[in-house]
Amino acid sequence: MASSFSRILSSKRNVGILSLALGGSVTAALLLHREHVSAGVPVRRRYPASAEYPDLRKHNNCMASNLTPAIYAKLCDKATPNGYTLDQAIQTGVDNPGHPFIKTVGMVAGDEESYEVFADLLDPIIRERHNGYDPNIMKHPTDLDSSKLQSGHFDERYVLSSRVRTGRSIRGLSLPPACSRAERREVERVVVDALAGLKGDLTGRYFSLTQMTEAEQQQLIDDHFLFDKPVSPLLTCAGMARDWPDARGIWHNNEKTFLIWINEEDHTRVISMEKGGNMKRVFERFCRGLKEVERLIQERGWEFMWNERLGYVLTCPSNLGTGLRAGVHVKLPLLSKDPRFSKILNNLRLQKRGTGGVDTAAVGGVFDISNLDRLGHSEVQLVQTVVDGVNYLIECEKRLEKGQDIKVPPPIKSFK
Amino acid sequence: MAKNCHNDLKMKFSVDEEFPDLSLHNNHMAKVLTKDIYGKLRGKSTPSGFTLDDVIQTGVDNPGHPFIMTVGCVAGDEESYEVFKDLLDPIISDRHSGYKPTDKHKTDLNFENLKGGDDLDPNYVLSSRVRTGRSIKGFTLPPHNSRGERRGIEKLSIEALASLEGEFKGKYYPLDGMTDAEQEQLIADHFLFDKPVSPLLTCAGMARDWPDGRGIWHNENKTFLVWVNEEDHLRVISMQKGGNMKEVFRRFCVGLQKIEEIFKKHNHGFMWNEHLGYILTCPSNLGTGLRGGVHVKLPKLSTHAKFEEILNRLRLQKRGTGGVDTASVGGVFDISNADRLGSSEVDQVQMVVDGVKLMVEMEKKLEKGESIDGMIPAQK
Repeated sequence: MASSFSRILSSKRNVGILSLALGGSVTAALLLHREHVSAGVPVRRRYPASAEYPDLRKHNNCMASNLTPAIYAKLCDKATPNGYTLDQAIQTGVDNPGHPFIKTVGMVAGDEESYEVFADLLDPIIRERHNGYDPNIMKHPTDLDSSKLQSGHFDERYVLSSRVRTGRSIRGLSLPPACSRAERREVERVVVDALAGLKGDLTGRYFSLTQMTEAEQQQLIDDHFLFDKPVSPLLTCAGMARDWPDARGIWHNNEKTFLIWINEEDHTRVISMEKGGNMKRVFERFCRGLKEVERLIQERGWEFMWNERLGYVLTCPSNLGTGLRAGVHVKLPLLSKDPRFSKILNNLRLQKRGTGGVDTAAVGGVFDISNLDRLGHSEVQLVQTVVDGVNYLIECEKRLEKGQDIKVPPPIKSFK
Repeated sequence: MAKNCHNDLKMKFSVDEEFPDLSLHNNHMAKVLTKDIYGKLRGKSTPSGFTLDDVIQTGVDNPGHPFIMTVGCVAGDEESYEVFKDLLDPIISDRHSGYKPTDKHKTDLNFENLKGGDDLDPNYVLSSRVRTGRSIKGFTLPPHNSRGERRGIEKLSIEALASLEGEFKGKYYPLDGMTDAEQEQLIADHFLFDKPVSPLLTCAGMARDWPDGRGIWHNENKTFLVWVNEEDHLRVISMQKGGNMKEVFRRFCVGLQKIEEIFKKHNHGFMWNEHLGYILTCPSNLGTGLRGGVHVKLPKLSTHAKFEEILNRLRLQKRGTGGVDTASVGGVFDISNADRLGSSEVDQVQMVVDGVKLMVEMEKKLEKGESIDGMIPAQK
């Protein structure tokens, strides 16, 4: 990564990442050596760690499962170079004991360095959440070559729409839980500037949340593109809705098949989607678009947060690695009532959600089915898993329609 | 003063780059905060680390409220009112009718100074209530305090309240430990406070770690109640059905003074100074922190064209019966004093007693189809 650092040093930005160095040389500050970064500034503390340790007895999230009093005591006095603390990172998990549909992570990163400074807590959380992936000994594969995807055309009597999303963070700027207004506006400026360079079927325009007209807003709602101020306490308790709607916006191409959210839960969320079952085309556009955006920001001296331990670095530890959620809205009224449904999904490494998103329940037998995994498998591998899995689910539904029995498939092997 | 890394980081950006967009905002903070003030104060921090951005976050996140002009900022500790004077003094002046930085506030908790108040018509006045808040010196306030501090406040409060006797003998119910039966009872008594859902409070960080360190104490008669660690360290409430505000106020004053003595003995008196009176989280509650009010049936008067003007002149405020963020239901209003700072507890409760008495008479007139034009009061 040495070449990337020299690019940062020569960039036109004046954010002052260099001045965040805690004494010692600039390059030493930029290399993420654990000991150096974890020697953060002392945090104000009037009570001992034992008096501050949160009450997690009724909690069921990854943070609560892994935050022992010993780990808390070790980390509670540390802060990242940007001043982000453990208490801030775990606040969302303390405030939200558990979620009925999904075991939440219960912790966020305020910046790239959070993953180093709070590694003693985040590493076990990552292992738990990502099926045993150990960031200390494993490397994450990145593969955005969509030509490798096999089949990927679903039966459209069942699959209503196909979508692939991921997130990307801009290196050098704090993440949504911690960013100041100026940093957030900088993210917006950098990304919008780069997106203006997209061409061909990716040509599009930006709609700032603060400046869009009512007509534009209505159109975005009708297209199901508009994102709202977060109401989920999982996000609001982590501080991600601060200063809404300042520096938030939506960019999409003229064809409305490639969409970027700016400054929602991550710096950027990149989405490729279309009605129907052509996941192959959705993924192709996804990969092409992402690579083009990356090239455009690099031209301007910026880059995405990425490292070979954790892949793409995002706000929520659940989105590390690929940050990729590839999914479909699919009609499975019979299969979803079968008692084996959950087991089948699990074995296929798939997850169900309601069609309103992560916090919702299914309506009318239509489910949002997507990959469970994010880290330790490449983009190509994960989308293939969704393609193979959804095809299997559709086969099951068809069999049940005919009154035939279905089989629970053997579990897909992971790296555990 | 502890080094505040995060705040120092922001100083790398210019004032223009960090200044919030307040173009759609309508709250006291938005009206007062200029780039000059922002530039002057943004590098500062109280000794406990509370910054200007912390003070104003709730006002940035909540542009305006339909029923009431909100303050749009909070204090994180006692020192906030000093360190951020340049912002808070003008806000205090706007909110508290021109109160100047050099003015002195009068405290009067001598209930015998209240005239009347025991004869409000219970056919109209359904219930009477006086509440205030108190902050405990040496701790930071709800927007900023850590779990350790909040628990410290709770522990101290439990000890203090446990020593009360006679009509004030009571029991503490921690939010996180009450039985289902206890919870049902507290709801039925209208005592239980919920996790705040109002974004005015949540955006200021007051709901963090809920329900850790929060609880309710009340006396056996259920007429004197203390909330621990909700929007303030303590909220002290005296209440009863019907219109005997005099009795409610007596119990309020006596109970409050007993509690204060006990906290002083533990070397943690209440935050108070002669300029701002009692120091509370929201600048709107400075001074007495007192809201004395009734639930009163005014279906006719409330639809009269001059209702707002009458309230204004009487220095009274209306709310729905669900609290500050609600609308009225069935013609029943929560009517209380509008002032907090610059007049004493006795003065404010007197205004409620006199004003409500007058409004009930107006309501009766309107019921008979008579005019109330001759009864419109002069500006108090």
